[in-house]
Amino acid sequence: MARDAPGPDMATPENTLAFDGGWEYDPAPESTDHIKIAPRYGLFIGGDFVKPSTGRYFDTINPANEEKLARVALAGSEDVDKAVKAARKAYAGPWSRMKAAERGKYIYRIARIMQERAREFAAIESLDGGKPIRESRDVDVPLAAAHFFYYAGWADKLEYAFPGRTARPLGVAGQVIPWNFPLLMAAWKIAPALACGNTVVLKPAETTPLTAMKLAEVIADAGLPEGVVNIVTGAGATGAAIVEHPGVNKIAFTGSTAVGKLIQKTLAGTNKSYTLELGGKAANIIFADAAIDQAVEGIVNGIFFNQGHVCCAGSRLFVQESVADEVVEKLKDRMETLIVGDPLDKNTDIGAINSKMQLDKIEEYLEVGQAEGGTLHQSGCRVPKQGYWCRPSIFTGVSQSSRVVQEEIFGPVLAIQTFRTFDEALTKANNTPYGLSGGVWTDKGAKIFRMTQGVRAGVVWANTFNKFDPTAPFGGYKESGMGREGGLHGLDAYLKLGA
Amino acid sequence: MATAQDRIPVAKTYKIYIDGKFPRTESGRYFTFEDKRGKVIANVCRSSRKDFRNAVVAARKAQGGWSKASAYLRGQIVYRIAEMLEGRREQFVAELSLEGRTARQAEREVDAAIDRLIYFAGWSDKYQQVFSAVNPVSSSHFNFSVLEATGVVAMIAPEEPGLLGLVSNLAPAIVGGNTVVLLASESAPLSAISFAEVLHASDVPAGVVNILTGFGDELAEHFASHMDVNAIVCCEGGRKRRRQVQTLAADNLKRVIWRAGTDWSGDGNPYLIRDTQEIKTTWHPIGV
Repeated sequence: MARDAPGPDMATPENTLAFDGGWEYDPAPESTDHIKIAPRYGLFIGGDFVKPSTGRYFDTINPANEEKLARVALAGSEDVDKAVKAARKAYAGPWSRMKAAERGKYIYRIARIMQERAREFAAIESLDGGKPIRESRDVDVPLAAAHFFYYAGWADKLEYAFPGRTARPLGVAGQVIPWNFPLLMAAWKIAPALACGNTVVLKPAETTPLTAMKLAEVIADAGLPEGVVNIVTGAGATGAAIVEHPGVNKIAFTGSTAVGKLIQKTLAGTNKSYTLELGGKAANIIFADAAIDQAVEGIVNGIFFNQGHVCCAGSRLFVQESVADEVVEKLKDRMETLIVGDPLDKNTDIGAINSKMQLDKIEEYLEVGQAEGGTLHQSGCRVPKQGYWCRPSIFTGVSQSSRVVQEEIFGPVLAIQTFRTFDEALTKANNTPYGLSGGVWTDKGAKIFRMTQGVRAGVVWANTFNKFDPTAPFGGYKESGMGREGGLHGLDAYLKLGA
Repeated sequence: MATAQDRIPVAKTYKIYIDGKFPRTESGRYFTFEDKRGKVIANVCRSSRKDFRNAVVAARKAQGGWSKASAYLRGQIVYRIAEMLEGRREQFVAELSLEGRTARQAEREVDAAIDRLIYFAGWSDKYQQVFSAVNPVSSSHFNFSVLEATGVVAMIAPEEPGLLGLVSNLAPAIVGGNTVVLLASESAPLSAISFAEVLHASDVPAGVVNILTGFGDELAEHFASHMDVNAIVCCEGGRKRRRQVQTLAADNLKRVIWRAGTDWSGDGNPYLIRDTQEIKTTWHPIGV
């Protein structure tokens, strides 16, 4: 070795890999030249795209740059009435008379066409809602197609699902869905409803109507009898018109707990059945004996997946005291590596906040948390100038009574608390009116089972978080709602069981 | 030695059942129970909102332990209730007769109530197997869904048949691990309170079942609005009460199980258990 060559301990700036900065990802945007977005969308009623009786349209924008993507019809109560009548006609007519196996084949078709057009769906989902293309491509769209595929197969097997009972459809299902997983929520609602022999009037959220309208195209292409699925766009008033319509037999709602309570009140004294999928404030519990690096990934996935716009997000973190400093430090380091930006960029980890309204709400909570004495830490990443953005955020030094601990923020904001004993963790985890989901991280199997049994929540992830599957029932305890979606148990919501 | 004629019978005081004790209503109120000829048989407690709230506290306290008791144990305890009822069959036949049954009807109802308890006792360690699932998820996870008790259930029992209706609703709730506050039939309060004594002698832990007597029209709103009640089973009421109960229940998203108009003389079924169950789905990775 030449004397002047640098040895291993003689690093020079030229030959040293600087891991702590200077590494940038080149942009890797998903192309959008292959997608088709019409300038204007009507209402999908009775198998046709029709003009709204209101004559009014509203803009749907791209939250990443605030640019208009399309105009979408505003459905009034007259339009909802038309949609319900179309659904009733389809129910009384072809749909309930069709052999169940044939009904299933139509639903299979929807799944297949959706798979064929997956790339287009993913791009539009990211454009309209702001979620990273990696998620819409790898989670939302494939899961939506899988959901149709799963329930298609149930259509002619319902007599095996409920031993000792006969199962009959309910009739017309009115379904109102949120903006966080627009296509996936439509699939969760429509697929089991159709498999059980019901017809549907669905309202997507006003900020994310586009993939629902693309789904309407798929349903038309699949040749479903007209009126079996009707999709009406609009805001809260349109949803209320569906809930209140006397011709609807069942209401399925996913959204906030406050609106869920209103719906339960509205339906009081009627014969309409209902399932409600509402808010959450999940506890993610990290024991000292957990695989810490994996747990940190789980925390990140739990709260920053889909910008934290997830009802089952792990928004409360409980870390065992002896590893709290280590976990928080590692979490802060990991947060620095998260890329916030263009939802269409394949490198993006955190996309745009769905709307201005939601961003305002999140920012208000960031202030409330600090005013209540919490310490806010945000990653130092750059965010674009245009559009709605929120850096990954964590609060330490918060208490059980803090609003950021008790209330659902629905954004990338994590509230961190510590605990010493198992019982303390469980008590704190259950100290909430919500009960949608929970997480536990430990290498001890017995501890996992004790915790997963103790947490009062409908979905519990152990050493993982935010996983979904068409075969796995999802839904809440307590004020997180009632009824299940997914799996065999998800059929229940769309059937009347008789002796 | 005194003859049968000159011995004064000892009348029973019918008190309510809260937390494994038999207090009088805190309100001091009563309503009279009369036989067919109008003779006053008993002054029955007219329970108040406060009694109900005390009962909910007891039911909540008992909830953790009862829901964690093994299915086998819950089954044995419900079976034990049937044994105790069988042993006091004559007393119940007499009380149901006072409540307006013929002797034959009373016997049939008591027998059916005993058999229904045995039926649901047998379900304790089976409904989970019928209704739970292992879910074949696509990712590398072990995934399963099981039933868990909804929690504290408030229950307005059917007016008719008093005893059989009470048992048909109570048994599926407790066999599933719920704790219950139950308002007995207004027309059959005697057998309901005697049934509480049967429960008390059957190893049912204090607070698991609480039985009140009183008026549904007065108490329904409190049953529906209490924020620490997870579900309400309502077996009596028309449209107006249904609207009231569902409206108030929404304040904490209670599950409302509406069973008015059900014929309780028919067979039981495990879907009555399932009505007051939640489904929990658990995920765990498969790997090293």
